[in-house]
Amino acid sequence: MRLVSRSHYRTGLIAALVAAAFTFGCAKKPVAQTPAAPAPAPAAARPTVTLQASSTSINKGESSTLSWNSTDATELSIAPEVGAVTAQGSTKVSPADSTAYTITATGPGGSATATATVSVNAPPPPPPPPTAPTDDELFLREVRDAYFDFDKADIRPDARAALSTTADFLKKYPRFKVTIEGHCDERGSTEYNLGLGDRRASAVKQFLVSLGISADRLSTVSYGKEKPFCMESNESCWQQNRRGHFVKAN
Amino acid sequence: MHSRLRSLSSCLILAFLVLGAKPAVAQDWFRTAIGMDANKPRLAIADFAARSDSAKPHASLFTKVVRDDLQFSGILELASPSFYPPQAPSVPAEMKPAVWIDPPTNANFLGLGNLSESTAEVAIEAWLYDVRSPSSQAVVGKVYRGAPTDAQVRKFAHQFADEIISKLSGGLPGVAATQIAFVSSRGGAKEIWVMDYDGSNQRPLTSLKSISLTPRWSPDASRIAFTCFAPNLGLTSAQICMFSMDTGKLVSFPRFRGTNITPAWSPDGTQIVFSSSMQGNPELYVTDVNGGRPKRLTMVNGASMSPSWNPKTGQTIAFVSDRGGTPQLYLMNSDGTSTAKLDLPDKGYVIDPAWAPNGQLLAFSWRRPNDNYDIYIMDAATQQIVELTRDQGRNERPSWAPDGRHLVFESTRGGSRQIWAMLADGSQPRQLTTAGHNESPNWSTR
Repeated sequence: MRLVSRSHYRTGLIAALVAAAFTFGCAKKPVAQTPAAPAPAPAAARPTVTLQASSTSINKGESSTLSWNSTDATELSIAPEVGAVTAQGSTKVSPADSTAYTITATGPGGSATATATVSVNAPPPPPPPPTAPTDDELFLREVRDAYFDFDKADIRPDARAALSTTADFLKKYPRFKVTIEGHCDERGSTEYNLGLGDRRASAVKQFLVSLGISADRLSTVSYGKEKPFCMESNESCWQQNRRGHFVKAN
Repeated sequence: MHSRLRSLSSCLILAFLVLGAKPAVAQDWFRTAIGMDANKPRLAIADFAARSDSAKPHASLFTKVVRDDLQFSGILELASPSFYPPQAPSVPAEMKPAVWIDPPTNANFLGLGNLSESTAEVAIEAWLYDVRSPSSQAVVGKVYRGAPTDAQVRKFAHQFADEIISKLSGGLPGVAATQIAFVSSRGGAKEIWVMDYDGSNQRPLTSLKSISLTPRWSPDASRIAFTCFAPNLGLTSAQICMFSMDTGKLVSFPRFRGTNITPAWSPDGTQIVFSSSMQGNPELYVTDVNGGRPKRLTMVNGASMSPSWNPKTGQTIAFVSDRGGTPQLYLMNSDGTSTAKLDLPDKGYVIDPAWAPNGQLLAFSWRRPNDNYDIYIMDAATQQIVELTRDQGRNERPSWAPDGRHLVFESTRGGSRQIWAMLADGSQPRQLTTAGHNESPNWSTR
């Protein structure tokens, strides 16, 4: 970016016109016979200056090179930061924020300025500080369902372990209430399974109560075989469906 | 067929080895018990005459429905229409008895009549004659008048068929005008539906948009009690719901803690027995018809459910319990005393007890070891059993027609779970539903 100030240009023009008027216009002035004044010394040339940035857009931490050139200047200075410089040259700048650099050239004929702007792109926003998991996420991560044997409502060893984990969770977060859903596989009858599912949900509830969880926080519902998790007719699927399933109730 | 007969006979032999009876007696007791004698009267139903071209569709419909009803009645033999003489009498004066008595028709009785129709009304004249005593009075003579709609013509045909069945079975009414409640998930959610006994006119009763199960007609057929999950009514667990056929709406019924399922009616319609875990374990409770004054009937480990109250005596309740480890049938007095397990000659799951209207036969579903669920009938007094289905998918939840000669049940024999009906001897199975999945049929009590 290069700019020559319009006001300095105008100042130069007026000076030239005044000088011209002075030279020719006064000839008719009725002045007494005086000896002709000696011709004045020619006016000093007004300075010129240019300023360029090698990169006008940088990322934070990167640098750009400012280059300048001038004529008829005795003093040159770049602001901000850089300070006095020679008549022509270059320097690296590494601004923290977008900066408009202005070079001012001063000489006997006046002064001139030029500006070059280096924009600094804002860095990507830092990742937000880690937030606490939602209740649903907590629940999903830490609560374990209990699985049952065919036609049984007894708590198996693997279910004891799962329910201990669930009990730990419920102790750690007393704000949670849960519904225990009793589910069955498709082989028994609809009606019998509603009863069996009730017994499974109750067995899970009793086990949690025995681990110190308040019964007030535990409600039960039996869905029998009405809401299967898995729809195929094989043992792995049936096992998925024989369970006490926890649902967050608040 | 052979394997079925073999299994049936081996099952019977097993039963009689246990009980010390003879198989030859079995067929007689059973036929007598379900009111289906070997010697059945033979009928022909002549094509009903249309008095105008516009009456033809309804004349054909009426004839077809009457024949279907009679064919499925179990108490008579319907001569195949392809054997009939070419001229169908439209009034008794046109009747030529000899041509109906002679082979190949061999009829004892002849149904005949005519149908006329205007835009406002259909009028049907219908008779049944004993063609072997043609000089006698008509056995049945009826005139039906009503709206000229398919539904009304069907209704008249059912009424005429029931008249014939009643006359030929010594006064026991037919079931052609009865209805069957059932559960259908064809619309997504499981709702209570109802249909005519022959599968026509299927329509939903409830729109709870959740899970509705186990409908049971009240003895006067004015209400249907059922198991409901109704989160949109604020119900978190299974509850007993009550539908009024008179208002077409749910009637309020109290909510209880826990799982409340499988309601059944006392024969006088004043009490409901159902399974509830309101006090912890799923036990049977009896309440009045409005759900008041619950009283516990059972008190054992394991779950008890699926009660059926003896409709004849009112004294006995059959139900399912897994107190012994697997679901089995038990009988107890209706006050909860004197519980006894029903012993069967093999292991397996035994569920879905359903008392016959005569209070003597108990239908149930039994999954024997390494086998599928099949429908059986037991004589409660002698504990003799008969198997009605075999090697035809899962067959569950039998329910008796009020005539005690028909059963409706659910079966997966066609690939999907559907409602089927059959005669109580296992013959004439016919599929009543095809759309979506359908289960848990209950035959109306009248």
